[in-house]
Amino acid sequence: MTSQPQPHGRVLIGKPGLDGHDRGAKFVARALRDDGFEVIYTGIRRSAEEIAAAAVQEDVDAVGLSLLSGAHNELFAAVLEALRNAKAEDIPVLGGGIIPEEDIPDLKRLGLRAVFTPGTPVEEILSAFRAAVEEHRKGRSV
Amino acid sequence: MSPGADTLLAGVREKDPRAIGRAISIVEDGGPLAASILAALEHPCCEAALVIGVTGPGGAGKSTLTQALIAHYRTEGRRIGVVAVDPSSTLSGGALLGDRIRMMRHALDEDVVIRSMATRGRAGGICAAAGAAVRVMAYSGCEIVLLETVGVGQAELAVVHLADLTALVLAPGLGDDVQAMKAGLIELVDAIVVNKGDQPAAQALLAEMQAVAAATHRAVFCTSASDGTGVAQLAAGLGELADTLRQSDRIALRRQAARSIEVMDWALELLRPELKAAVAALGPLSGEPQALARLAIARLKATEE
Amino acid sequence: MTKPPSVVEWEEKILEPALAKAPERAEEWRTGSGLPAQRVALPEQVNEAYLAKLGMPGQYPFTRGVQPTMYRSRLWTMRQYAGFSTAQETNKRFAYLLAQGQTGLSVAFDLPTQIGYDSDDPKARGEVGKVGVAIDSLADMEALLAGIPLDKVSTSMTINAPAAVLLAMYVAVGEQQGVSPASLDGTIQNDILKEYFARGTYIFPPRPSLRLTTDIFAWCSANTPRFNTISVSGYHIREAGSTAAQEVAFTLADAVTYVQTALDAGLEVDVFAPRLAFFFNASSDLLEEVAKFRAARRMWAAIMKERFGAKKPQSQMLRFHTQTAGYALTAQQVDNNVVRVALQALSAVLGGTQSLHTNSRDEALALPTEESVLLALRTQQVIGYESGVCNTVDPLAGSYYVEGLTDRIEAEALALMQRIEDLGGMVAAIEAGFVQRQIEDAAYEYQRQIEAGNRVIVGVNKFQAQERIRPPVFRVPREIELTQVQRLQKLRAGRDAAKIAARLEALEVAARGTTNLMPPILEAVRAYATLGEICGVLRKVFGTYSDLASRR
Repeated sequence: MTSQPQPHGRVLIGKPGLDGHDRGAKFVARALRDDGFEVIYTGIRRSAEEIAAAAVQEDVDAVGLSLLSGAHNELFAAVLEALRNAKAEDIPVLGGGIIPEEDIPDLKRLGLRAVFTPGTPVEEILSAFRAAVEEHRKGRSV
Repeated sequence: MSPGADTLLAGVREKDPRAIGRAISIVEDGGPLAASILAALEHPCCEAALVIGVTGPGGAGKSTLTQALIAHYRTEGRRIGVVAVDPSSTLSGGALLGDRIRMMRHALDEDVVIRSMATRGRAGGICAAAGAAVRVMAYSGCEIVLLETVGVGQAELAVVHLADLTALVLAPGLGDDVQAMKAGLIELVDAIVVNKGDQPAAQALLAEMQAVAAATHRAVFCTSASDGTGVAQLAAGLGELADTLRQSDRIALRRQAARSIEVMDWALELLRPELKAAVAALGPLSGEPQALARLAIARLKATEE
Repeated sequence: MTKPPSVVEWEEKILEPALAKAPERAEEWRTGSGLPAQRVALPEQVNEAYLAKLGMPGQYPFTRGVQPTMYRSRLWTMRQYAGFSTAQETNKRFAYLLAQGQTGLSVAFDLPTQIGYDSDDPKARGEVGKVGVAIDSLADMEALLAGIPLDKVSTSMTINAPAAVLLAMYVAVGEQQGVSPASLDGTIQNDILKEYFARGTYIFPPRPSLRLTTDIFAWCSANTPRFNTISVSGYHIREAGSTAAQEVAFTLADAVTYVQTALDAGLEVDVFAPRLAFFFNASSDLLEEVAKFRAARRMWAAIMKERFGAKKPQSQMLRFHTQTAGYALTAQQVDNNVVRVALQALSAVLGGTQSLHTNSRDEALALPTEESVLLALRTQQVIGYESGVCNTVDPLAGSYYVEGLTDRIEAEALALMQRIEDLGGMVAAIEAGFVQRQIEDAAYEYQRQIEAGNRVIVGVNKFQAQERIRPPVFRVPREIELTQVQRLQKLRAGRDAAKIAARLEALEVAARGTTNLMPPILEAVRAYATLGEICGVLRKVFGTYSDLASRR
């Protein structure tokens, strides 16, 4: 019998599109693990539909997306749409990558809960996930 | 039964991915609806599903082999479930569940239900949660459920006991530590798969395993999961093995054993909060720990009577 | 003091022929204050131990450099990586860079091109023209290189999985200009193995990919003898988070795999090995980086000579391109990046690079603006013409610290390469996730140190500024995707469909067999078959690969 801490929740880290730079995604995945999350990482080059399907099967409390290719406006929107089509629009989506500041308001209007740019301290990312997960767990009907 | 559980179970029955995902979380977390869902899962379809364990050391290619088996079973039109178990960090309680990466090519196939599961620091063990997840998948129509777990660590290995039959996946070049644990693993399994069979060093490993298998009545297979070589033969071999086990009632015996492990896990899981309260009720602790534990249990029993 | 016989021999056999071919740029070399600058500074005693470990420049084991005079004869090639949106737009940036004194071209392709999808493929959505130029067919390559004489310029192309197709397009544009393949000068990256664990633009599984690599080696040896057929890249391994020693080990392990595959296919080592090139990262620890470049040169020379029996010195020389570290650029206080890049570039020059790309200060935010690209080029020019480090060859040789680090990196890298051999070689090590785990662990540790403040990054975790002033960022307009798709669809409509079908059919037959794939690819390209069509045929025959990121 052990009494190790219980996880904060389940999150999925996804890399949509064709971008293969996953150093940031893997770092965030590990940092979330070390903060007490159960983290499912999709690997690189996934379609929006694949990410949404995995998020649903894994019943995660939040989805984190990482993208460095500059295609965030198109691809983050595509993931949000895929989640809607999978009746999972309640799952909060957080995004990060090389994202110009002037794009952030539009991304938030689209439905992204938070947007992280290069140089964001990891603690800020972790606390945003904690808050998103907690809120999602509270709001769940079943 | 609560209406929430009712709707959810109907969704699972209709193969709704969202309902399946939620139902597994609820039974895994032991939330308020868990009891009614678990009760409903005592259903003939859950008896019919075949549960195949896939275990082995890291780097042997378990996830790739699981992926190849999924692909094979899908060509036969069967609906497949996968429960992939990974260890939790004992420090943070978190886990990085990476098996799914190698199975992403089935992400859009709704007849492939994949669930990653962390061992967590469960009071009993992983078997209660994994067993429940297997039954949710079976309830949603999965004919075969693959139970994938890394063959190191007690918590991870315990899952093997839930399977109707288990395959051990090995590959050449994994180093001395794997060599040392191989013997212990072989005892637990029905079949040995030498994966990465296209590598030159695989032949020596295969010969070694064939010798071991002859002495211990295990089946041996050779695959190269990355290109699918030998996977159809493995699937056929596992099917025959399952038939043999069924005919000799050994599957029934194993399921009874599995059931007792699950019951034990649940018992510990359910007892834990009460025990914790009983220990707390002892007040400031000083003295011999085992005697204090006996005292806590005695008081707990007394309150129940 | 009399010269030791080994030095006299080097002067006669190596230095003098080299000087005859490429005279030094000045008669007399002096420091900034007028003191004489030695060509090659030597220890007091040039003994056996010195010759075995360091040797003379241009001499085995090439620790001190691959040429006897290094930058006194010719500075490195200043080669800024550029490419964005359409071929026409990138062509303009090339013309600008050449006018500013850049000496070689370096093409960045967009992700759909790198992964073999046409711009109108659903998978390309949102990515067209974003991180590089979109090339769908020979028509785009014609526009990209319009007005650039291919017999006068050397062109480097960062292309891997579909390298054969882009090379074929380059050759075809040369033909149109009347330049024979034998006169073409340049490099294709063509390094597929690191894509599986560090960069991500793979298409096919490793084995058929290695066949393509070998086919390129064979075809180029016979047809484009001046072209570097591969640029084995540690750059992206380091970007993914490796240490310096891991960068060397994994790069050389990849290179060993390519050489072995080519030998297994029946190629002669001294025929293809002289055209193998390398590509490394210049990170922030200046002296460690210098040691890394020197260690890599020594290791490769020994591997080629002893393991593969290469006899030609050119087969044993590790020639390399360098790019400053992208991961070291910060979004905070972007001007600090100019200083970082200058130091990193200096390490590459002190380490003996053959060509260099300096990053622009704003690349942590977006693609660089024209002004910042120019500043990055000027940084190289200042080092080359003002700093004095080019007056002498391998200036840091003999430093106790640098020689010690060189030995240490060599030892660590050799140990890692042995572990890879034990796992059954690089392909097996990648499939087992070993390489990925090594890199991930190093990357995680690095980032943890920054987060904990144990590793200082100026402007990030120390000396932060209150106000972040954002410079203007370069954006690729959204309309580009539509423009490119329309251009492609117009091309498709105007082609000879029967001819395309026949050439793709011929390619499929060749792919199912064992003949060299370059000729049928070239035929398909000449008929304006698209990149997506050609790669589509190969996908059908070879299958595709999917991410195997390591599990933890």
